[in-house]
Parts: sequence; structure tokens; C-alpha cells
Amino acid sequence: MANFTLNINGTKQEMDVDPATPMLWVLRDHLKLVGTKYGCGIAQCGACTIHLGDNAVRSCQLPVSAVAEQKITTIEGLSENGDHPVQKAWLEVDVPQCGYCQAGQIMTASALLEKNPNPSDTEIETAMNGNICRCGTYTRIKKAVKLAASSKNV
Amino acid sequence: MTQIKTQYNRRSFIKVSAAAGGGMLIGFSWLNGCKPNTPEPEPGVAVPNEWFEINGYIKIGDTGKVTIYSPNPEIGQNVRTSMPMIVAEELDVPWENVIVEQAPLNTGWYQNQFAGGSLSIRLSWNALRMAGATGKRMLMEAAAKEWGLQVSDLAASEGIIKESNGERTISYGEIASKAVGLEVPEEVELKAVKDFKLIGTSQKNVDGKKIVTGEPLFGLDFHRESMQLAVIQHPPAFGMKVKDFNEDEIKGMPGVHDAFIVDTSFEDSDRFDEKGFLQLITIVGNSIWELLQAKKALKANYETVGELESSGMHSKRLEKALVSGEVQESRKDGNPDAAFKKAAKVIERTYTAPFIAHNTLEPMNFFANVTEDSAELIGPTQTPEALEGSVSKLLGLPLENVTVNMTRIGGGFGRRLYVHFGVEAAAISKKIGGPVKLMYTREDDMTQGTYRPTYRSVYKAGLDQNNNLIAFTVKGAGLPEGPVFPNRFPAGTVENYSAEKIKSETNVTTGAWRAPRSNFTAGAEQAFLDEVAEAAGKDPIDFRLELFDRAINDPVGEEHEYEAERYAGVLKLVKEKANWGKTEPGVHRGVAAYFCHSTYVAEVFDIVLENDNPVVQKVWCAVDCGIVVNKDAAKNMIEGGVIDGIGHSMYSQLTFENGAPEQMNFDSYQLIRHSQAPKEIEVFFVENEIDPTGLGEPGLPPAIGALANALYKAKGMGHYHQPFISEKQIVG
Ligand code: FES
Ligand code: FES
Repeated sequence: MANFTLNINGTKQEMDVDPATPMLWVLRDHLKLVGTKYGCGIAQCGACTIHLGDNAVRSCQLPVSAVAEQKITTIEGLSENGDHPVQKAWLEVDVPQCGYCQAGQIMTASALLEKNPNPSDTEIETAMNGNICRCGTYTRIKKAVKLAASSKNV
Repeated sequence: MTQIKTQYNRRSFIKVSAAAGGGMLIGFSWLNGCKPNTPEPEPGVAVPNEWFEINGYIKIGDTGKVTIYSPNPEIGQNVRTSMPMIVAEELDVPWENVIVEQAPLNTGWYQNQFAGGSLSIRLSWNALRMAGATGKRMLMEAAAKEWGLQVSDLAASEGIIKESNGERTISYGEIASKAVGLEVPEEVELKAVKDFKLIGTSQKNVDGKKIVTGEPLFGLDFHRESMQLAVIQHPPAFGMKVKDFNEDEIKGMPGVHDAFIVDTSFEDSDRFDEKGFLQLITIVGNSIWELLQAKKALKANYETVGELESSGMHSKRLEKALVSGEVQESRKDGNPDAAFKKAAKVIERTYTAPFIAHNTLEPMNFFANVTEDSAELIGPTQTPEALEGSVSKLLGLPLENVTVNMTRIGGGFGRRLYVHFGVEAAAISKKIGGPVKLMYTREDDMTQGTYRPTYRSVYKAGLDQNNNLIAFTVKGAGLPEGPVFPNRFPAGTVENYSAEKIKSETNVTTGAWRAPRSNFTAGAEQAFLDEVAEAAGKDPIDFRLELFDRAINDPVGEEHEYEAERYAGVLKLVKEKANWGKTEPGVHRGVAAYFCHSTYVAEVFDIVLENDNPVVQKVWCAVDCGIVVNKDAAKNMIEGGVIDGIGHSMYSQLTFENGAPEQMNFDSYQLIRHSQAPKEIEVFFVENEIDPTGLGEPGLPPAIGALANALYKAKGMGHYHQPFISEKQIVG
């Protein structure tokens, strides 16, 4: 066990956990921020995607000890009122089926658009390829990413 | 309007009151306990101060806000939006004033609280309409009494009751308190289909906002104070049983509260109790991460109690079954053997498919709190009633002492028809004497499945000199159930026809997987028909339409299980929409049509080859599912079915070696990803006034046939063995 002070969604959080604990379980079990999902635990599905600084990372592979001062954003902190352009586009296109993968999809898409505000189809596919949607909402996700890109650019 | 008996009587009214007064319709606020954001103001009218229960489906607030309970499990098929839409249509309230809540399992009031077989809407259509219509009627009766008028003097629309020959109006919210306790009418009027205002529109998912903001919704998100967490370890192979493990060492590990072998067996289990392993090593604690470390440190001994099967063995068993296996169902018209002898051309092909796992993205999990005389279960289940029954058997408790509440479900596909994970949670809770949430890891989930069986079918067709189809036979075997529907198409269209469904055996646990058997049969049959059409020198769509003409005008045999007009209807619609017959150079096109779960779907696929890799450019779907309740959501289901069909036929398989699944997680088990999905999917519906049928499954099966047919055109060879990506054989 060791003490950590984390900066999560703009709030400082103190905790005493095993330094090897992946952020996924710190968020879910210790902080009860359960929007970040478990799907595979081995960096294959993207359900656990969060932002570390400005980068989309797999929280199941990120030990709490590696985070240090870096800013962490989870789906709960992506926007004040669920009005991030990517969230709005998701609602507009009515993307979700079961919805389980969508937090991860949204976190990957929002990080992509920060870096590349006008991604091509291929760039969207490449960036999103690590996020599995078992329900098969891929065509809608792509539509929503493009919609978010166009609304961000106006 | 149609007059209809409600099937409610005094007795059901008493049940309603009990539900309202006895606190059975509990709110699900427990899932929303840890949301940091302040919610935005809701659309529509203000949040009421007081609520009035009208019936088991409807609660009306003093401001006119309406709560509609959605009775069925939500697995992503969007019934939490579409079922309440049906109630709201007949109740006649503005949709923006409606809030949806999940109803608990209550067999006294709701019918068919079950998500499977694409049946939710189909079986509940009338019940939901009646719930809305009786609600409206009771509100009108209350208003009539208030004004000293007859109900026939009033009209109601959009939540407002008006005097037909006068000025007075009153809103549902204002009159609701007076409607409580009125007798449920035994006869009500339902709207005519042409008067629907809400049904047939596109309404957004009622949980959309919660999903995109990461609110706790799913079973795995459930939390209760003092609850512990549990993980399990099952034997590595089917045919094995847990003997013992390094209990003391595990119990001494950080964060481990307890470790033991739990026995989940009970008498009188039924088909929803299918499971691989009855005894499980269980580790209990407070942190999943610590439990996973303990799981890694397990040293367990297993004993072999059955055969340890391998994929090679499975193939041989299927081949043998096709020769000498037990026929479960069959049909024969005319004399196929004689017809083949006369035929000018005979075509025979063999098709196979492997075991596949459901792999819902949310792994199996459940919360249970078992006490001396009660059990409370909360989590993701497609069959709450079956779970209630099994838990009652396991614990020896009367049914009424077991409660089941449903969370949103992170994918079903048939996996959560089986209830063992809920039963296991109950057994663990009993053992530790407190509330517990059981979580499977992905590996647990993939290696203790209720898999789609592996299949092998042989199709054979005979054409005469004039290229007429004079004989058609199919023999199909599965481990365990055969993938043949003897009375489905092309039964009724060919003079000499036979179909044999053959069973075989395995100790690998299997079960319903999205569009059971159809998920294989459609691909095999529709790919085969294309080769037959080619041999006959006919266009694939014309060839199929000719067969449907036969079934319409002069059907062969006593009966068949489809309506040939509707089948032909979706083919014609997709033909028109896809502009069949015209393709750009380099674009390869395939078509397929299939009927299952009471719905007809035809699909056309356009694929191109990029570096010899097939890329699906566009898919057109034509669907006849009767009345479409929520249009855009219905399209979403069909799109999902198409992508799922491509994914599993192209990339996925579960193979076995010595009883153990060889794929355990998504590094070795391939699921379709973004870059492999079609670039575009368009969905069209046949418009009619037939009662709605299912959408969860029927989009998937034809996708496999249309894909195989487009691949045949692109690659100049057939695709007979799934997953197509590893296809080696040229001809089966
Ligand atoms: S849970 Fe982290 S990538 Fe799947
Ligand atoms: S919506 Fe179900 S996994 Fe993506």
C-alpha cells in the first residue's frame, strides 16, 4: 500500500492503495466512478479508456503509481453537463445500443478530435480501432465523430 | 378504433393496488447515487410533488408528468424506449412529458418479462396498448364524474381531457388523483393504426444522456454499502471438476476476506440453468484488483470427470452424425433420390461453422443478498423469472421470498437467458452471510459460455434440362442441435424436397446465440442458392422470386412456415433500393433474404477488394417487421445485426483442445472492429399494418449469406467454412 494524490476530473483525491493497482479499479472500486468500464483487462477492447493529460489511454493498463501529477479525465468529467460536442453528437445520431462500450468510444473520439479536428474516414477508423463495440454501432459512431468534428469547427 | 377486451378483471385490479401500495414498484434511484454532475432540467412539464398510480404501467404526477414502467430487460434492443412509446401512444400523452423507469419482476401484473427470441414487442404489443388505453379511459371516467357527464361526452388527447360540446378542459395531472382506485375497465378502445402519432416516429433512446455521461446503469455498476465483491475460478476444461486448492495461502493474501469452493447444484434444473461447472473456487474481498492477484496465485487440483473434447473430434462427430446420427425433425416432399437421377445438373456443397462465444462486452455479473428467509437479486438478466425460479430451488425458499430487479444490460445476444451467474451470486451470498457482487473476468466469461453450437450441413440441388430446380435436399448436424428448419424456405417451392435436422453430442455447454441456428442456416442456404442460380444461368434475385411464385401459386406439400408474398416483398424492395443489376467496375455484389423470428429481411452487399482484402462498401437492407414502433432505433438494430453477422462469419471462432477453449480473451478471439465494418448501411421498411414483430435477431442471418455471395463474386470461389478469414478449402 502507498499514498497517492490524484487529480481526477479537476478534483484532488487522496488514496491509499497498492501502487500496482490499475487506474480502472481505482476509479471503479475506490472512487465509485463507474462510467469507465471493464471489458477485457488486457488493452484489447477500449471500454476502460480515459484521458491522461490529453491522451486517450487504457486505464486497465495504467498503474496508479505511473500517474503522478498528470491530469485524469473520465467520462464523468468530460463535460459539466454532458454537453461536450462528442456527447452531443452521440445523442444526435442516437448511437448506443446496449451502451456499455460507449464511454470508452467517446473518450477515444474526444481525444482524437482534440489532436485532429478534421479526421478523414481512415484516420477515424485507425484511432477508433482499439474500441470494440460488440453491438455493432460502428457506422453510427463514425457518423457521430464526423458530426462532432463539423460542429466543433463552426 | 377497435373495441377490445382488456383481460383485466377485479382480481387484476387488486393486484395493481397491491403493487401500488405495497411498494413493489420501487424506484431505481440506487443506481444514481454517485453522479457528480448536477442534472439539467428535464424537458416537458415540471417535476411533480405527488404521483398517482393509475395501473401497473402508469403513474401520473400532479403536473402532468407521466412515468411509464418498462417491463422487459433492456439488452440494447431499445425496448426501454419503444415499449413505453406504445403505452404513451394509447394513453395519449406528449412524449416529452414521459419518464421511463424499469419495472421489477412482477409476474402478477406484467406478461413475458423476457428478452429473447426477438419477442419483447411482439408478445407485449396488445398488453402495452391496453395498459395505455385503460389508463386514458380511467382518467376520462374520473373527469366525467367530476363534471357530471358521460365518458362519451369527452375527448382526450395529448394529456388533456375536453368536453366535446363545451369549453371545459382538464389535464391528466389535475384529474389523476381522482382516477386512482377506479375500477379497471373491462373493455377499452384502441386507436386505429392510421391515427398513431408517436408509433412510427423516431424517438431518441431514453437513456442516451445517462449512457454518454457514464452514469451507473449496468449490473457491474451496482453498489450497495457493506457489499463485498467475489471472483470465481472454474476448471480449465469441460469435463473437469474442481477438487481442491491452496485455500490457506489464498486466504492469507492481501484484501482476501474468504476463499472457498461453492456448490451451485440443485434439483430440477431446467434449460435456462445450462452451465459448465457446478463447483467453483470463490474468492471474496473488497477490491477487484486484489481479488485478481489472489486468483493468479491459485494452485488448484482438478479431476477429470468426462471426456476432454477437441475441435478435431467435434468435426469428426459432425461428419459421422450426417451419416448415421439421430434425426430430430424432417420433411419430405416427392422423391428427391429419383429426381437427382433424372437431373441434368447436380450441385452439392458442404458448409460448416465453429463454436462461438457471446462475448457481451459487459461480462457476467450479479448482485445477491441472501438472508435466512429471503433472497434479493439485482443485475443483468434476460430471464428474471427463470432466475427467480432457480434461486428459489437452490435456496429452498418460496418464490415470493425471492425478488429480482433488472439493471441495464451490457449486451445479451442470448447469453443472459441463462441464469447460472445469478444463482452463483446467491450461493456465494448465502455462504458468506451478506450482500455480494460476483464479477466474471473476460477469461471466465469466454471459457464458461453457453456457446453457439458448431454445425455442418450438406446441401444438394438438381436442375433439369431447362434449368428448373427439380430437387433440393439439406441435411444438417449440430453439437448438439441440428441447424435445419424443415418447413422453412425452400420448403413449398420444390417438387422433390427433403430436410433432415440431426443431433449429435458434446459436453461443451451450448445455448441460444442471437438468431439460433438461423445464424448459420441463412448463410449456408443463401450461398448455396446463389451457386444453384449460377448453374441455372439465372439472376440470383429472379431465381428466388421464381421459387416464391411457386409457393404463392401452387405450393408443394401441406404447409410451410413463411408468407411467400412478404418474403418476395423484401427482395423486391431491396432490388429497387440497391438498383440491382447496375454496379461500378470493381464492385462485387451479393444478395440474400431470410425469414426468422417472424420478420423478413433481404440484404444486398457491395464489396471491393483492397490489397485482396474484402471491404464492405455499402449494405442495403429491406425489412418487413410489421408496424415499426421507433424507426431510427429499429434501423440501429438492423445495422447492428448486419455488422454482427459480418463479424462472426468473417473473424470469430472458439476452438477446443483437451476440453479447454483455446481462445480466452480478445487478443486471440477476434471480434469485428471499426475498420472492418461496412462504410455505409441503409435500412428500408415495408409499410403495412401488421402487428409488430422482432428486430433483435432477423438482421443478422441474411448478412452472412449476402457477404458470402459478394465474396464469391469478388474472389471467384465459394466461402463454405466460417470464419471466412481462415477459409482454406476451395470447395467443401
Ligand atoms: S478493459 Fe481495458 S482495454 Fe479492455
Ligand atoms: S453499444 Fe453495446 S457494446 Fe457498444
